Amino acid sequence: MPEERRRFLTTREVHKSFAAPGGTTVALNGVDLDIARGSFVSIIGPSGCGKSTLLQIMAGLIDATSGAVVLNGRKVDGPPRNVIYVFQQYTRSLFPWKTVERNVAFGLENRERLSREAVAARTRDIIALVKLTGFEQHYPWQLSGGMQQRVAIARALACRPDVLLMDEPFSAVDALTRVGLQELLRSLWRELGLTVVFVTHDVDEGVYLSTRVVALSRAPATVAVDLAIDLPHPRSQIATRALPEYLDYRARLLAQLFADEGLVATEAA
Amino acid sequence: MSDTTEIDQAASAKSGGRLAILWRTRWIGVAFIVLLLVAWEVAAASGMMPSMSFPRMSAVLATWWELIVSGELFGELVPSLLRMFAGYFIGAALGIVLGLLMGYFRFFYSLLEPITEVLRPIPSPAYLPIVILFLGIDDEMKIFMISFASFFPVLLNTYSGVRSVDPIQLQTARTFGVTGWKLMWQIVLPSASPFIFTGMRISLAVALIVMVISEMVAASSGIGYFILSAQRGFKIRDMFAGVLTLAVVGYVLNRLFVAIENRVLAWHYGYTQQQRN
Repeated sequence: MPEERRRFLTTREVHKSFAAPGGTTVALNGVDLDIARGSFVSIIGPSGCGKSTLLQIMAGLIDATSGAVVLNGRKVDGPPRNVIYVFQQYTRSLFPWKTVERNVAFGLENRERLSREAVAARTRDIIALVKLTGFEQHYPWQLSGGMQQRVAIARALACRPDVLLMDEPFSAVDALTRVGLQELLRSLWRELGLTVVFVTHDVDEGVYLSTRVVALSRAPATVAVDLAIDLPHPRSQIATRALPEYLDYRARLLAQLFADEGLVATEAA
Repeated sequence: MSDTTEIDQAASAKSGGRLAILWRTRWIGVAFIVLLLVAWEVAAASGMMPSMSFPRMSAVLATWWELIVSGELFGELVPSLLRMFAGYFIGAALGIVLGLLMGYFRFFYSLLEPITEVLRPIPSPAYLPIVILFLGIDDEMKIFMISFASFFPVLLNTYSGVRSVDPIQLQTARTFGVTGWKLMWQIVLPSASPFIFTGMRISLAVALIVMVISEMVAASSGIGYFILSAQRGFKIRDMFAGVLTLAVVGYVLNRLFVAIENRVLAWHYGYTQQQRN
């Protein structure tokens, strides 16, 4: 793989500390990552370890205390054009005064110089892609949680970003809806050649979706485990999850996570 | 026969007929107003109250009708409403613009918040003499008074609305490259609009009050002038008719406002309803 492709999105020695009562809290303590173009990378870690902070730094939404994020050779110092961040709290991230159609068109109207017709056409296509045709004139709050998250994904994809940064996007929906969203995201990733960085606290979700899983240690966080997930595509929610390799990846990541949390996940004999 | 009719019949049978509707709907409140007017009529007719300053309700209504038919009342009302709306819209527009700036830019908040807190508690009638000194007693004075008083409720509500915009919405806009004035117009303004409407509804009532006060102090036309000069000329029925007119005007304005608000903020009611469930 050529160098610039392998190092499409990189973080170099990223530190982040916050002012806290009685001193400063170090959240990230030198995180180095090279994310290849077209890869699907999940970031897992104990709660409060700074996963979301790292993602927001990558998105240019907050600044690192020191270190740098470089996207395609350019230092990130503000939200880059070709990166869209998808928030965990879709109910708060969608604009309640806009219909589904207006929400999806939001990015298009604002960053692309497109004619009205082109915006309408692209909006229609992308709504079809996330299977929300027929709901264009609904308001987000009239939809179920899973549908709302699909609106948020459609809004992000409408701008045809190269990178999608997703912060625990499926954590607030029920298990079956989540499977549906996972499949949708997988197929969009494969079809559109996206680079996805996906923060989750769910090891199974991370392994199933990704080509690579990075586990952060407890705060102050560094990269603790970095696993290439060499599972065949296309994947299957049932067959893939039963593969011995899948179980092995899962076990290694869980062991790391449990050790971090100080959990003893085995009953005494 | 349709199902609906059957249900209706069942309902009215259960509740004991037509009269029961009165108890279950807002008509009970209307009936109460009618009852008070009848009590007024009886009290005036029985001579319990001095008839000079307390005419019968029926006489007041008759005079009111005459004033409406002759066009005299509208002749007074129209200039009043024109002043009121001119002042109200100027005040509300300035309140929204400055409220957005104060809510959005720390600098404007620090600059303007103290003076707002000093000027706001002054009751409008108190600065009326000063305004007369500079603007005279014509329309300019009244429009200024009305807009100044309408300004503050809109300003306060607008900037608290801006401050309560969900940071996630702002971050979302940023990730889509929407910043600066675009962010203000597309996210901050609609997000704060429920607050802005609250401020504008308060200001509408304030505008009506200040309109009447300023016309009572100095005017040669307008409904406030009409009421005061009727009282001074011992035309007591005219005076009451003028006050009743204001009641109707206030009611209609508020209903109109609520109708517009319900239309513009339909999303907000749906959204908050859904959040509560």
